[in-house]
Amino acid sequence: MPELTYTSSELLTINAARLLRDGDTVFVGVGLPNLACNLARHTHAPNLMMIYEAGVIGAQPARLPLSIGDPTLVSGALSVCSMYDIFAFYLQRGNVDVGFMGGAQIDRFGNINATVIGDYQHPKVRLPGSGGSMEIAAWANRCYLLTPHQKRRFPEKLDFRTSAGFLGGRGERQAAGLRGGGMLAVVTDLGVMEPDENGELVLTALHPGASAEQARTNTGWDLKVASDLKTTPAPSAEELRILREELDPQGIYLKGGA
Amino acid sequence: MSKLVSLSQAVQQYVHDGDMIYAAGFTHMIPFAAGHEIIRQKRRNLVLARATPDLIYDQMVAAGCASKVIFSYMGNPGVGSLRIVRAELEAGRLEWEEYSHFGMISRLQAGATGLPFMPMNPTAAGDLEHANPNYRTVTDPYTGQPVVVVPALKPDVAIVHVQRADADGNAQIWGIIGEQKEAAFAAKHVILTAEEIVDEAIIRSDPNRTLIPGFIVDAVCHVPYCSHPSYTQGYYDRDNDFYMEWDKISSSPEATQAYLDEWVYGVKDRDEYWQKLGSKTHKRLKVSKNLSSPVDYGKY
Repeated sequence: MPELTYTSSELLTINAARLLRDGDTVFVGVGLPNLACNLARHTHAPNLMMIYEAGVIGAQPARLPLSIGDPTLVSGALSVCSMYDIFAFYLQRGNVDVGFMGGAQIDRFGNINATVIGDYQHPKVRLPGSGGSMEIAAWANRCYLLTPHQKRRFPEKLDFRTSAGFLGGRGERQAAGLRGGGMLAVVTDLGVMEPDENGELVLTALHPGASAEQARTNTGWDLKVASDLKTTPAPSAEELRILREELDPQGIYLKGGA
Repeated sequence: MSKLVSLSQAVQQYVHDGDMIYAAGFTHMIPFAAGHEIIRQKRRNLVLARATPDLIYDQMVAAGCASKVIFSYMGNPGVGSLRIVRAELEAGRLEWEEYSHFGMISRLQAGATGLPFMPMNPTAAGDLEHANPNYRTVTDPYTGQPVVVVPALKPDVAIVHVQRADADGNAQIWGIIGEQKEAAFAAKHVILTAEEIVDEAIIRSDPNRTLIPGFIVDAVCHVPYCSHPSYTQGYYDRDNDFYMEWDKISSSPEATQAYLDEWVYGVKDRDEYWQKLGSKTHKRLKVSKNLSSPVDYGKY
């Protein structure tokens, strides 16, 4: 059998899908997280409850939504509520298991910058800002982040801390009394980083063909490598088929790199 | 009493230079036609508040209507950067005030319910709270724990687009209901735009669907296709192609000006704009029916 080829976006999406558990209530973002959730729903997690910050609960999108507020999310959903309700009744109240995060920068404790590169008052690059990120990071039971493995995305120090990971370490997050469990995995195109007992992200798995040295070179802090470093199973033919044929047939999100 | 007026009259009467405007709608039912009318009437120094400024505020900022934006996510949803607002912020030409979505929506919730502020659980990230002094931390008088608060937002004018309303402004909305109701109750004046103006009996046949009561509405405008390139659930689809096209248009000041000249200044009203889009676009955005099961309110 010839070896399967796949893009880095497909690799990220498939590994993100594997983090979801059947029955999870997940706060879905657009793009790759949306694909990952739908892939999980089509494979090992048929009872995944997808909720969107636009106020949609139990969405079953019939087409790939470009935006977080696409009408396909509404048609056939279990419930639709206001934005205040989705953040208050669902997220703040503790009814969300998983949050998928985005952001331009992530530091070693899983804190996120989605706001600005450079000085806040005199921005060099102005990013879109928090959106739902600040609250999802604080209150979802488990947070995951998908990003290409690039040094500029993993700096020693964030330009701005939009959303809390483990703050200055696991103890600091606990002391702050945040209800959620924090950043539990960062999936990159090289592997997976997970927090150690101090809340510091360490390399715990590599994708087939990637090396720990590659990951360390592309990380802005001195990345520790777990002693029992694993290799993630390669994307299966079935996972790739569902992604390519059913979920993103036009390759809007999957064609290029992430 | 009928409050039916043209959108042009409503803007003339209720939107003044220096006002704070909240054009509501999270991705859904964004009242683009009203934004374009404000541009045509050359309002200046507006404070533009929206959780997601979206293309409507990008266009209003490009046209020189705004001195400040208040937002929680400044992007082109599903596409990327909101280029014009972003460039103005980076250049220091536009004031801004920033929240998370929950902070922004909590401000509206306080404004809509007549409260001075709204409490939220802490998120501990810290930097946005330092950057924006409107975020304060107070002590919960019952537990002694810290609570983050934001002040009420009270726009001068809320502009809300709906599927259907009667002539008094009793308005029904379905699909994503974002912050339409909160914006309407928080504002001093409400301009309603509607896909359809229906008889009061239609509204009364399904009272649970009425999110905005007529007595808080100042003006009711019949504006079919008001949301394009946003959408109205069940009426027409989101024009994702245009959202992607705007990414190109807005990267050049000349192309942006040409767009405004042709599609905003160059048309009289939304009807002319919609006709100008042409049958190919109309066909592309058409949606097929998907009716809900009727509910029985009973006769009493």
